[in-house]
Amino acid sequence: MPITYTSKEQVEVYRFSPVAAILIPLVALFLQAFIPLRLHFFSILDLPLLVVIFFAVARRSQVSGMLTGAAIGLLQDSLTHQPIGIYGLANTAVGYFASSLGVKIDVENAGSRFLVTLFFYGVHEVVYFAVARGLVGLTLQWSWPHELGSALANAIVAVPLFVLLDKFKQRA
Amino acid sequence: MESVLGRYRNLTILVGILFLQVLGLAVQVKRSAENESTRLIRIWAVNAVTPFEKGIVWAQHGSSNLWHNYFYLRGVRQENRDLKQKIQQMEIERVRLSEDANQAHRLQALLAFKEQFIAKTVAAQVIGSSGSEQSRSVYIDKGTNVGLRPDMAVITGDGVVGKTLRVFQSSSQVLLLNDQTSGVGAILEKSRLQGVLRGTPSGEIVLEKVMSDETVQPGEKVLTSGGDQIFPKGLPVGTVTKVSPGSELFLNIRVQPAADLSRLEEVLVITQQEEKEPLASDSAPLRAADILAERLPTVPPKPATDAGKPTAAASAATTGAKPANGIPTQAQVTKPAGQNPSKVLSTAAPKSNAPGGTQKPASTPGKTADATPSATPAPQPEEPSTQPPAAQDTPH
Repeated sequence: MPITYTSKEQVEVYRFSPVAAILIPLVALFLQAFIPLRLHFFSILDLPLLVVIFFAVARRSQVSGMLTGAAIGLLQDSLTHQPIGIYGLANTAVGYFASSLGVKIDVENAGSRFLVTLFFYGVHEVVYFAVARGLVGLTLQWSWPHELGSALANAIVAVPLFVLLDKFKQRA
Repeated sequence: MESVLGRYRNLTILVGILFLQVLGLAVQVKRSAENESTRLIRIWAVNAVTPFEKGIVWAQHGSSNLWHNYFYLRGVRQENRDLKQKIQQMEIERVRLSEDANQAHRLQALLAFKEQFIAKTVAAQVIGSSGSEQSRSVYIDKGTNVGLRPDMAVITGDGVVGKTLRVFQSSSQVLLLNDQTSGVGAILEKSRLQGVLRGTPSGEIVLEKVMSDETVQPGEKVLTSGGDQIFPKGLPVGTVTKVSPGSELFLNIRVQPAADLSRLEEVLVITQQEEKEPLASDSAPLRAADILAERLPTVPPKPATDAGKPTAAASAATTGAKPANGIPTQAQVTKPAGQNPSKVLSTAAPKSNAPGGTQKPASTPGKTADATPSATPAPQPEEPSTQPPAAQDTPH
């Protein structure tokens, strides 16, 4: 059965053109890899994760959400020197649960977008740490101030970013 | 079964995708043992199968031991004696082989003692990063097309940056010094203590494996030790910023890297190192006395002095200065055989200013050279060349 960009339920769902669906994640990955060279503090942001959340809540389809998360996460893994799959697992989970939430609540206004991003950044970090420590054996330190600060920064950046990406949405 | 799968289709797909990715991770991840690393999936497979195998073998051995150790002991005593004798012979052989092995290791270490020098480098531009705080690596614009390979040292003019991790056709991934998976053999410049530099999850660098009873001062420079066979010895790595007691028996030493790892633009990749044995003249420092000896005019050698004999300079100064009255000067009086040298010298004035030497005043004053059968009363010249000798003896 082919995967479509629309949900079966009669809610406001959106689709994206194939070009936008491919280029937006690639641009996000490029910016994430390039900008920290010049602006060191930029590494605190996670642009690919924000794109995963945006696509998941816009499409409101669990299958497309988890597949988009898996694809973007695996590409993100390929840029690191860690084994491929850590970001893949974390983004897959985020894509699934974000699309599940998108069916239930309205995520079009700035306040809900801020809270959704804040919540799913936390989910992403928990899954990432669990996989990296438990499976891969990395020595990672969980720092509450650092994680809360990163979550806030990502949530703040997500609001204008989602407004910008809304221009690529097409009503299904 | 189908209705369950159909009812929870999305959840099933999620579990399936997660399982596939976990499987992919298990194929990639290696867990390190003492001398080798093994893939996680192999560890899981082995851990799933080996308990059953161990159980079966245990049951088999148990029943076999029960029969042989309790029911069938024929010939055990003689076998025991034979085995003990064999053990003694093998122990002697083992000691001999151990000594041979130790000698071989020493000789091998002597033969392998060489120093490494940077022979060739390739300049590269930093073009990207990993984009993740858990993976501290950068990408450079040089690859196999210019001869790069994995595990090549990467440096800047300020110090060590890291090493090449993966090399592609026209780009390479460089693992930075402050990544938690990196490790560099290091040595402290002054105290010469060796350790291993590792990155921390927060991006700092620590020097590990330095015993807690050693003294390390903040501000001390850290250099590469060359022990990891990647970085040449003596490259600057950083400076000690903080020393505190660490876990177990080691110190917790924080190091500030010499190169700014957050603002890398251009780096050098060491593509070739030379090994050569250090020359004796190269390694031994020149003494200041040797340097001065080369630069200053030649200083005449110090004449050899024998006890009892007048110095050569004194004799040279008095050569030809035979007094008019024929009475020989002190210098002309030869030492009689068996004569106590101190007695001969006692008549000589201690104030002689003959160049090149002085005459020692004797401990027994008043004695003359009368003991010399043929000697005339010894004169006392202050300056042998100018003053006529006195005929009488003069007590001092």
